[in-house]
Amino acid sequence: MVSSIFSNIKSSRNLSLTFLIVALLCIPFADLVIYQVEPWDELARMGQGIMRPSFPELSILIDSLIITVAFALIAILGATFWGLLLALVFQFRIVRIFCASIRAVHELFWGLIFMQVYGLSATTGVLAILVPFSGIFAKMFAEIIEQQSSVPYSTLSTKTDRFSRYVYTRLPQAWPQMLSYTRYRFECALRSSAVLGFIGLPTLGFYLETAFKQGQYSEAAGLLFAFLIVIATIRWWFFTKIIPGYVLVLIYLVLAVVALPDSPTVYGSTLVQFLTQDIWPKALLQGDVVAATAWYQHQLFDIALPALWDTLLLSQLALVLTGLLALVLYPWASKAFFPQSFSLTRGLGRAILLILRSVPEIIFAFVFLLIFGPSGIPAVLALALHNAGLIGHLLMRHSEQIQYRADAGRGINHYFYEVLPRIYPHFLSLLLYRWEVIIRESAILGILGITTLGFYINSAFEDIRYDRALFLIMISALLNIAVDSFSRKVRANTDKTNKPSIKLA
Amino acid sequence: MFRLDHYQLDERLNDITLNINSSEKVALLGPSGGGKTSLLNTLYQQCADKVAWCPQEHGLVEALSSYHNIYMGQLEQHSALYNLANLIKPLAKPKQAISKLSLLLGLEPQQHLWKTVNHLSGGQRQRIAIARGLFRQQSCFLGDEPVSNVDPVQAQQILELIISRHKTVVIALHNRQQALLNFERIIGIKSGRIIFDLPVKELSSDKRQAGLLDSLYE
Repeated sequence: MVSSIFSNIKSSRNLSLTFLIVALLCIPFADLVIYQVEPWDELARMGQGIMRPSFPELSILIDSLIITVAFALIAILGATFWGLLLALVFQFRIVRIFCASIRAVHELFWGLIFMQVYGLSATTGVLAILVPFSGIFAKMFAEIIEQQSSVPYSTLSTKTDRFSRYVYTRLPQAWPQMLSYTRYRFECALRSSAVLGFIGLPTLGFYLETAFKQGQYSEAAGLLFAFLIVIATIRWWFFTKIIPGYVLVLIYLVLAVVALPDSPTVYGSTLVQFLTQDIWPKALLQGDVVAATAWYQHQLFDIALPALWDTLLLSQLALVLTGLLALVLYPWASKAFFPQSFSLTRGLGRAILLILRSVPEIIFAFVFLLIFGPSGIPAVLALALHNAGLIGHLLMRHSEQIQYRADAGRGINHYFYEVLPRIYPHFLSLLLYRWEVIIRESAILGILGITTLGFYINSAFEDIRYDRALFLIMISALLNIAVDSFSRKVRANTDKTNKPSIKLA
Repeated sequence: MFRLDHYQLDERLNDITLNINSSEKVALLGPSGGGKTSLLNTLYQQCADKVAWCPQEHGLVEALSSYHNIYMGQLEQHSALYNLANLIKPLAKPKQAISKLSLLLGLEPQQHLWKTVNHLSGGQRQRIAIARGLFRQQSCFLGDEPVSNVDPVQAQQILELIISRHKTVVIALHNRQQALLNFERIIGIKSGRIIFDLPVKELSSDKRQAGLLDSLYE
C-alpha cells in the first residue's frame, strides 16, 4: 500500500534518476578531452563574422535557398502521402518494422546511397528526405490516430468497410493534430535539406560548408541568417485566410518542381549494378562463405561495435544535458513566468530558443570543434543545445496553456509547485522521443570527424567501400530500432501512471 | 473591506454597487451563469494578498500529493529554499499542521494526504482546495461553490469551520438552506445584476421578502 502511494511520482523520479546516473557513469568512458588550447583567434574571427554578416552573390543565395525549400516541400508532400497510407496498415508488424528501418537511416546516409545511383541530382535530394520522413510520418500519424476517441468509430454499423470508417471518423478527428505535426516536420525537412548540402547537393549547406572551411565567417553568418529568416517566416507562408490551404500547397508544389535543378539521365544498369554488386563484399559474391564470415566478423568487432559504443556514450550524455538545459531555458521564454504583455526577458528567451532549435546541429558542432578540438565534447554540446532549444520551446508552449489560479505563486515557488509537476510527464515523454532522434542525429557529426557510427559510414563511402557502408548503415538502423522499442516500453510504463495532459507536438 | 460603486464588467456584471465590511458573513445566491463567479473574481482582485481563495476550478496540481496541494496555500509565507526542501521531503512542522487540518475536513491523513490528487474523488478534491484556502490563514475567505460536491452533513461542518476561522467570508452557494442557516447577509444575483441584498433576518421573517429567493431562479 505504502509503496504504491508514491508510485506515480516515484516512477518519473526513478526514471529521471536512472538516466542521470547512467550519464554520470558514461563520463569517464567518453572521449571528453579538450584538445585545442588556443581557439581564440578563430573564435574572434567568427565573432566578427557574426557581427558583420555578408551575403554571397544574390543569385547564389536565392538559388540555394529556393532549392533547399523545393527539396523540403516536395519531400514533405510525398512523405505525408506515404505516411498516411502506411499509417492505415500500421497494426501489421511487418509495416512497423519496415517504417522503423527506413526512418532509422539518417537523411545524409540516404543521400549518400541515392547519390551512387542518381548522382548529385534533384532526385537524390528529394528521395533522401522523402524516404526516412515517410517512416516518421507513418509512426506519428498512427499514434495520433490511435489517441482519438473510439466512440464515433463504434457507433458506425459493423458492416462499414475499413477505409470508410477510417476516413469518416479517425482521420477527421486526428486531422488538426496531424496538420500541425506536418507543419513542424516541414521545418525539420528544411534543416535536413540544408544539411544535405554538406554531402555536395546544391542546397544552402553546400555554400555554408565552403564558407566555413575557407574561414569566411561573415559569409557563413550571412547564409545562416538568411536560413533563420526563412524558418522564422514559415508561419506567414500559409495565409490560408486569403487562399485556401490546398490551393496554396498546390501552387507551391508546382513552383518547387519548376525550381528543381535538372537531373541527369539514370541508366537502369547503374541501379542493378549497385544493388547486386557494389553493396556486397567480394567474398560473398564469389560464394566464399568462410571469407565472407571473416569479413563481417572483422567489420563488426573492429569497427562497428567500438563506434556503436561511442555513439551510445555520446548520445546518452547529450540526452541528459538536453533535459537539464531545456528545464533551465524554457521558463525565461514563457508567459507563465513573465506574463507582462511586453517583456524583454521573455523576448530574449524566445529568441534564444528559436536560434537553438533552428540552427542545424552540424553548425554548432563545427563551432565547438574549433573551440574544443575533435573529441566528444563538441558532439555532446551540439546535440544538447539543439534539442534543448526544441524541447524548451515545446515546454514553454505547454506551460502557457495551463490555467493557473489567480493566487498562484511566483518565481521559484511557481516553477517547482505549479508548473514543473504539471509538465514533467510531458517533458519525460518528449525526452524519450528525442532519444531516438539524438542517436540518429549523432550520425551527422560523424561527417565532421567525430568518431560516431556516422564517421565510419561516411569514410566508407569516401573510400568507395559500399559493402562496408551498407553493413554499418544496417548496424546503425538496428541500434535505432532497439532504442526506439526500448524507449516505447519505458514510455508505456510511465504513461500508465502519468497522464500527460497535452500530446506531443 | 470590499467596495464597488456602479461597477461594470463587459456583459457579465452590470451596475454593481456593493459594500462589504470586514466582519460580515455574506452568501451569494443566484442561477448558474448569473455573475456570481465574476463578482467573486472582482472582489478577489481588490485585495488579492489578504484573501484565502477557493475558486470553482480548484487549480489542483495533479502530479503532486494532497499534502503539497494544501501546503501551496503558504508558499508566499516561506522562503523558496524552504518550499523546495518541503517539496523534496515534507517538513515536520507543516506536516503536523496539515495533518490536523485535514482531519477537520474529514480526510484521513494516512490514507488521503500522500496520494497524488488525480486519485481522489470529486468531493475529496474539493476539500483539498478548501484546505489550501484554510491553510493560508487569512482573515478573509472567498469561495466559489466550495461545498457543492460534498454531502450535506459534511458541507454544513465545513461551512461552520470556514466561518469560524475567518472574519470576513463571502461564498457563492447553490443551496439556499445552507445560506439561510450559516450567513448573516445574502446577495441575490441574476443576469449580472444584484436583485436583492438583504440581511438573513429579513429574508426569513418577511413573507414578501422570502418570495425574492424564488424569483431568483424563475
